[in-house]
Amino acid sequence: MADNDERGERGSERGGGGRPAARRPFFRRRKSCPFSGPNAPKIDYKDVKLMQRFISERGKIVPSRITAVSTKKQRELAQAIKRARYLGLLPYALR
Amino acid sequence: MPFYENVFIARQDISTAQVEALTDTLANLVAENGGKVEKREYWGLRNLAYRIKKNRKGHYVLFNLEAPPAAVSELERNMRINEDILRYLTIRVDELEAGPSAMMQSRNRDERDRDRGPRRGYGDRDPREEEREMSDGR
Repeated sequence: MADNDERGERGSERGGGGRPAARRPFFRRRKSCPFSGPNAPKIDYKDVKLMQRFISERGKIVPSRITAVSTKKQRELAQAIKRARYLGLLPYALR
Repeated sequence: MPFYENVFIARQDISTAQVEALTDTLANLVAENGGKVEKREYWGLRNLAYRIKKNRKGHYVLFNLEAPPAAVSELERNMRINEDILRYLTIRVDELEAGPSAMMQSRNRDERDRDRGPRRGYGDRDPREEEREMSDGR
């Protein structure tokens, strides 16, 4: 998979520290969406603890390519975060 | 009749009893307009993530409603008029959730966890970093 390759390289550049780049340093398992499958949490604008995991230190919504949330669930999640922001449960911006 | 969830935030300087009274009036209003309040939840005085009309805290109340649209617009109209209400949000849902909402559940959890000291927050780190560490076996 092409995008797996690219990610692997980037990972080794940033943190691998002195490992030979020619040999694939490690195999990255494709992560699955945290909101699909059995006993997945339900996306809810009232669940602040859950949504907090998907916002950055600055209060921004983390892109799904990093959190591995599926496209459909990411849309739902974004909607939930925006509702929570409106109600003052989550910040629009931090610092 | 469609289902709605309504959350409103009341000013921080009013007392809990006043919030209770306000909640009752609003619930009666819905009932008068042919709706039904399936559940109401008081989330307590919570810190707001940012200031709303110079308030740093607010009383949060959740309503679960089964009501005709007219009752909801009447409810919202009254909420706009009432100066104790900082903000409200009404959302139509496919079904009302039974039992306490996620907010109440997490509040109970917080109270139990309190004596165990501060916990590290989530989401402060790039998830890739965590994964890298795991796969590096460090």
